[in-house]
Amino acid sequence: MRKSWWKIACVVLLVYTVIGGLLFRVPAREILGETIRNLYFHVAMWTVMFTLFTVSVVYGLKYLRTQNLRDDIYAVNFAKTGIVFGVLGYSTGFMWASYTWTEYATNTQIFKEPKLLGTAIALLIYFAYMVLRGSIPDLDKRAKISAVYSIFAYAMLFPTLYILPRMMESLHPGSQGNPALNPNDSDPRMQMVMLPAFVGWTLLGVWIATLKVRLDLIKEKSILNA
Amino acid sequence: MRKRTLLLSSASLFLFLLPSLLLAQVTDAEKKYTAFEMRSNGKIYVLVACILIIVLGLICYLVRLDGKISKLEKETK
Repeated sequence: MRKSWWKIACVVLLVYTVIGGLLFRVPAREILGETIRNLYFHVAMWTVMFTLFTVSVVYGLKYLRTQNLRDDIYAVNFAKTGIVFGVLGYSTGFMWASYTWTEYATNTQIFKEPKLLGTAIALLIYFAYMVLRGSIPDLDKRAKISAVYSIFAYAMLFPTLYILPRMMESLHPGSQGNPALNPNDSDPRMQMVMLPAFVGWTLLGVWIATLKVRLDLIKEKSILNA
Repeated sequence: MRKRTLLLSSASLFLFLLPSLLLAQVTDAEKKYTAFEMRSNGKIYVLVACILIIVLGLICYLVRLDGKISKLEKETK
């Protein structure tokens, strides 16, 4: 275990998240009820995904400057782990919505929900990133093209996840002046778990991504040293 | 030394606050909209224990993977 202090911090924060997230008191709200605790789980998945995609695009840019294949390995593995967390966030959101939104929204409203569509588009753009990589056998060409593509993919992430859903009629919190994650608006009792939860889950995502990176670095050792 | 005192005092403050978070007066809204029953008959702790087992099990798996990759790294060096 290299540099293990942050991994220990990850474990401690996640244990705290599970205990505090399920047992501490939360504000009682209509419709949401106890599912308000999903803030520590569902929303945390998106913070992890954003962090990992940001790291990925930084390494993509770094690759374009240095042409070092090591940076490409970092970029792709952070993006892959980010996709996993994105899919987890999407499916937990689906689960959550199917028990809360259905109480007062019609099916048509849910199918037209811009947040769901936007997120699906954003994830598909990242799936295409993997398809694009898989289709190019030449290592340097693959790294270069996918680094450029990942910049565009990242640029689409914020409009599809945040800007577009806020401009349209949406059921999701955070739209139409209905704030999500506004620090002045969230309950202090929830913030006590929310911030440690975000950090803990993010560390877990980074941990998994670095494991994948290290494995790939070993696998590609002969190419990297050539 | 000062760092340690700070850490200890914040930890004890947290432990002091913990019961008040868990046992404070239950409001009517809470009885209506939250899993009040589950807390009063204690079954919520079963759920917490189950989820903790899953999370810790996954983390143990990650730690083992980490160790295996570290070993591989040493061997290939």
